[in-house]
Amino acid sequence: MEHIPILRMGEFLLITVQVDMHDRLAMKLQDDLTERIVRFGSRGVLIDISGLEIVDSFIGRMLGNIASVSRILDAETVVVGMQPAVAITLVELGLELPGIRTALSVERGMQILRREAELAGLEVLKDANMEEDGNPPE
Amino acid sequence: MSTVTLSHLLRSQESSLLEAWLAEQRRSGNVRNLIADSDLKRQSAEFIQLLQQTVAEGDSTDYSSSTISREMRRFLDSITGDRAQLGFSPSETATFIFSFKRPLFEAIRTSTNDVTAQIDEVWNSSLLLDRLGLYVTESHQKAREGIILRQQQEMLELSTPVVKLWDGVLALPIIGTLDSSRTQTIMESLLERIVETGSEIAIIDITGVPTVDTLTAQHLLKTVTAARLMGAECIISGIRPQIAQTIVHLGVELGDVVTKASLADAFKIALQRTGFALAKRSSITAVK
Repeated sequence: MEHIPILRMGEFLLITVQVDMHDRLAMKLQDDLTERIVRFGSRGVLIDISGLEIVDSFIGRMLGNIASVSRILDAETVVVGMQPAVAITLVELGLELPGIRTALSVERGMQILRREAELAGLEVLKDANMEEDGNPPE
Repeated sequence: MSTVTLSHLLRSQESSLLEAWLAEQRRSGNVRNLIADSDLKRQSAEFIQLLQQTVAEGDSTDYSSSTISREMRRFLDSITGDRAQLGFSPSETATFIFSFKRPLFEAIRTSTNDVTAQIDEVWNSSLLLDRLGLYVTESHQKAREGIILRQQQEMLELSTPVVKLWDGVLALPIIGTLDSSRTQTIMESLLERIVETGSEIAIIDITGVPTVDTLTAQHLLKTVTAARLMGAECIISGIRPQIAQTIVHLGVELGDVVTKASLADAFKIALQRTGFALAKRSSITAVK
């Protein structure tokens, strides 16, 4: 059975949708992705849908679901490279994918993920500082 | 014989009818110096020729009901088209036909002494000319509609420019009322340019939008959302005081869309977000 490959890049996962998604494929992607996030403890997911040219309401909702599920598993999700036609269709369908981060290209999407990871890393460092001397840092 | 009079008259007195008609048209003043004398003369002569044909082809006893020939239609369409372009009103265009009545009736009156025949002729030719006049009015209307349609399409094409203000900053100055078809065009051209230029920020300037109703606001939000889905952020600028009041009054929820009063403010924000800062040259040298 065909499936959409999920690539691991350090603490991020990269998904490139190169074919037109049908319903089963989208559901399988959601299963695979959640399983990988938990297995690798990934901090971010990048979904590149520049190859996706046709969406219907189901696929649109699945995209939203996939992103929401990843966020619950504490992996920041960025959808990148959406085609203009796809964006227009989703808006017309009323699927505005609230709360999902978007970027124009894979490169920009990676920037966002790295920045988020850095911010998260900083917080951990702060907590460590606080434990060392018992006082919050200036 | 009254039945052949008109056809006969038009042929035998062609030149004198033409002269009298031209004088009549000049006197009625509907030409307004927009049409050259030579053109008017040519058109009038052609009309008499075609009228002659129409009368000759039709039933000789009742030519008032004879069909308007294709040549005649084409001729009338072409002159009304020209006149509509020149800004003639429908009545001014129709007067071209109606002004032919006086010289024609004059000719009928002098051609025979039989009063009954005269009245018949006048009635018949009057009916025919009236039908031609009405046809001209309709044709004028069609020509005007054609012009309006073309102008609308041209405006649609002209009014959706997407301009690049800076690396990664696009601006979309919207001028005119936003309806569904325009929004569609605007949205498509904006999204395509975003992909083309890889811009992260698009400024939608609505200074030129006269009124904002709920539908317009919804269209704007759709555009903003579509751009956001692609990974670009939109700033709406150029919101005039009345429009701000209308938006609040209508209860339109603009959500988390950034709005700015002027394009300059929006541009400043856009530069900040893309990591640029503007500074006066003198202040830079002072820092050095």
